[in-house]
Amino acid sequence: MTNSPLQQELATRNDQLPPSTPPDDRFHRALLHNVHPLAWRNPKSTGKYNLIVIGAGPGGITAAREAASLGAKVALIERNFIGGDRLNVGCVPSKAIIRTARLYAEMRDADNVGAQVPGSIGIGFQTVMERMRRIQARLSRADSAQRLSETGVDVYFGEARFAGPDTVEVAGDKLRFSKVLIATGARPLTPPIPGLAEVGYLTNENVFNLTECPRRLLVIGGGPLGCELAQAFCRFGSHVIIAQDDPMFLPKEERDAAQILSNSLASDGVEIHLNTTVVAVRKEGAEKIVDLVCAGDRFSVSVDEILAGIGRAPNVEGMNLEAAGVRYDIGTGIHINDFLQTTNRRIYAAGDVCLEHKFTHAAEASARIAIRNALFLGRKRLSALTIPWCTYTDPEIAHIGLYVREAREKAIPVTTFTILMQDVDRAVTDGEEQGFVKIHVRQGSDRILGATVVARHAGEMINGISLAITSGIGLRALARVIHTYPTQADAIKMAAEAYNRTRLTPTVKSLTKRWLAW
Amino acid sequence: MAELSAQSDEELLDRFQRAAFGYFLEQYNPENGLVADRSRAGAPASIAVVGFALSCYLVGVERGWMTRADAAARTLVTLRFFCNSLQSEQPDATGYKGFYYHFLDMKAGKRVWQSELSLIDTTLLLAGVLTAGVYFDEDTTTESEIRERADAIYRRIDWQWARGDGTAVRQGWKPECGFLHYGWDGYDEAIILYVLGLASPTHPLPERSYIEWTATYQWENIYDYEFLYAGPLFIHHFSQAWIDFSGIRDLFMREKKSDYFENSRRATYVQREYARRNPFGFEGYGKDCWGITANDGPGFQTLKIDSRERRFLGYAARGVPYGPDDGTIDPCAVLASLPFAPELSLSALRNFCALYPEMIQDSRLPSSFNPTLSGDGPSGWVSEGYFGLDQGIVVLMIENYRSGLIWKLMRQCPYIGSGLRRAGFTDGWLS
Repeated sequence: MTNSPLQQELATRNDQLPPSTPPDDRFHRALLHNVHPLAWRNPKSTGKYNLIVIGAGPGGITAAREAASLGAKVALIERNFIGGDRLNVGCVPSKAIIRTARLYAEMRDADNVGAQVPGSIGIGFQTVMERMRRIQARLSRADSAQRLSETGVDVYFGEARFAGPDTVEVAGDKLRFSKVLIATGARPLTPPIPGLAEVGYLTNENVFNLTECPRRLLVIGGGPLGCELAQAFCRFGSHVIIAQDDPMFLPKEERDAAQILSNSLASDGVEIHLNTTVVAVRKEGAEKIVDLVCAGDRFSVSVDEILAGIGRAPNVEGMNLEAAGVRYDIGTGIHINDFLQTTNRRIYAAGDVCLEHKFTHAAEASARIAIRNALFLGRKRLSALTIPWCTYTDPEIAHIGLYVREAREKAIPVTTFTILMQDVDRAVTDGEEQGFVKIHVRQGSDRILGATVVARHAGEMINGISLAITSGIGLRALARVIHTYPTQADAIKMAAEAYNRTRLTPTVKSLTKRWLAW
Repeated sequence: MAELSAQSDEELLDRFQRAAFGYFLEQYNPENGLVADRSRAGAPASIAVVGFALSCYLVGVERGWMTRADAAARTLVTLRFFCNSLQSEQPDATGYKGFYYHFLDMKAGKRVWQSELSLIDTTLLLAGVLTAGVYFDEDTTTESEIRERADAIYRRIDWQWARGDGTAVRQGWKPECGFLHYGWDGYDEAIILYVLGLASPTHPLPERSYIEWTATYQWENIYDYEFLYAGPLFIHHFSQAWIDFSGIRDLFMREKKSDYFENSRRATYVQREYARRNPFGFEGYGKDCWGITANDGPGFQTLKIDSRERRFLGYAARGVPYGPDDGTIDPCAVLASLPFAPELSLSALRNFCALYPEMIQDSRLPSSFNPTLSGDGPSGWVSEGYFGLDQGIVVLMIENYRSGLIWKLMRQCPYIGSGLRRAGFTDGWLS
């Protein structure tokens, strides 16, 4: 693997860059051209900015674009690559390779849906990754430095650092501001495991730079990232071992969802170790030897690569936040109130750097609230948002609103209407029967409190429920909405109809029977 | 098996109950009262199976299959062992803090397989111990000692310690690593554990521990049945082998206008409905062939059967409707549902007798069978030998259906009433 002069320059000037870099192909060069052009010259600042946005991830870009479109004088500062994790080391590359992995799984499963795949199935890992880079390059065009600049945003590359309560320094320039939005995102947590740093490991920041599929891969952590990539690499042919400290995957999700995911990973061939802690790592020859402990039993596995996905830490360091009077915590991020305001009333924060829910769409939604509140005397509240999320395993696991446990902690009695995907015609015809739709309502009413969907396309399906919750639509109304047949989303209507049947009490039945006795 | 179809329900149940009872005579060590986990040679004792055995002896006396003196003698040997065996942090002790290790060597009575100090298995042992303490009420030396030792075993248990640093109880502890770092999440077989823990006169659990556990419950509408969900069928049985939950309600069940007995009935109907729908096309499943629970299985293997990939499991907690499900049916779990849905259980039992006679040896039901995986007959794969938990639940639940013996005895146990009240249960026989 050769590094371009640009990559080498970036590597030396930025200690946050992953330990390896992607192949220097035309797609990667196109990506860099959009997200951090080598020849870029920062603008010369003139006057005070209405808004300085620190961090050009999804939240920062949204804020900068919207503020500029409303006539604000806006500066956007990025120290690495425009697009943030989403484009460079997160959703976009992971979903690109997950798509290919899913196709491989479907090819292997072809005869279960009555199809035949001619010949053997070969895996071209380099082609998989090249497609991923092509997609990154393509999607980077929309928010390239040049295009942002053309929309009226002053784009600066460099480390942002507060020089006082109304000044930010970047690359030697001092920018004065009326308001600031901090949207610096988060980075992978480093597992405190003896020997791990010495032998080297992968995170989301460098796993997409791989040029060869590891023959044996240990995934540490059974959260969304760990599960998604464990399944994908298993489908690419790796022998994947996943070690999860908790008794189930995705510990924040409902246990039945986690159970289905566990079954699915196992049937893909992932070697699962729940309740298992990685305690030490060492290198013997070319192998990485990992010591694990499960309920007091210690054992070792030999692997070629280790992927750590144990969570994310907010990027709060290096900005001299103290100088601006912005309080923060290295674990939970920048302290904000419900209006996304920090302890400096002129400085706001949005996205992963301050939110519990570290998702692209949450970053964008919070950024929109922040600029309304910062620039237009808005009083929009973060707590008013209903944020769905999805783990893109196969099947996908999506959730919105309250979990049953959360509702019960608030003393809200809950009834859950459950439809199994195996009872949904389209899921059966598609051979995609794993999963369910669970809609939680306040007992005795049709008010939707939350929902979990486990299905091949749960991420798409949850949006209908998100619309219902946001619009105050209950299950009675949902039952009246005509859904296209056959679709997997029909499960949502089936849940609504199940609710309607509970309204047919013996008294109602008796009355209708008498009415029909003519 | 042809003659079985001609028998009345009562005759049929008597036959299967007695056959199941025989397990505890065959697998009993007279030196220490321990009973083997399963009939396979060299199997260790399971403390939960001992709990079932202690209750089964009483059934045997009442059914005339065993003398009272024999039952008392067996019980006393057992209680003396559990009173006197080593309680310490040593890895080969019998127990610690009043709890016992899940599996013990049948002869030496010491921990084997590096098993965990098991809270739920100790609870099931304790249920048998306390049932015996109530049943043996005569003023004889033997029966007096049984009562004293039963009480001593219960009082010694340190339930507060079992919470670790939390509010709700943990699942287990090992000398090698301390508490297993997970607890109870969602409805499961732990109600009786909390009831006995709350009632302890020496080291009681706080009432909030039960509230915290029940906060993880999920009330679901599945197939138009509303019930407190738990996937494996045994969860709807085990606590109710000893406690009659009919008509008594905790805060959760008052909120839902139901009770745990009714809940088990609905769970049985959900099992049957799942089997009727048979979404994964397993052989045999139908309205009279259900019973998906934690049990033995064909072993971990993936096979192509009728152009369909089938992934089989070994001993696993199978459940409905979310799985895992590999086509393995537990006929013992079907009989355990007898008190709740007799119309379903009896119909399924007769179906098993008619369609799968070769899996029933001397009227004793195996742990499980799987008609999807080829075997020597229509039953397909059949679990080898017998498991004590399966035979124990069959004996107790048939008895509860026939006479309510175990439920009536446990109503007289002051700890049960006290624990239920501290858990917030009211109404019914508690009034």
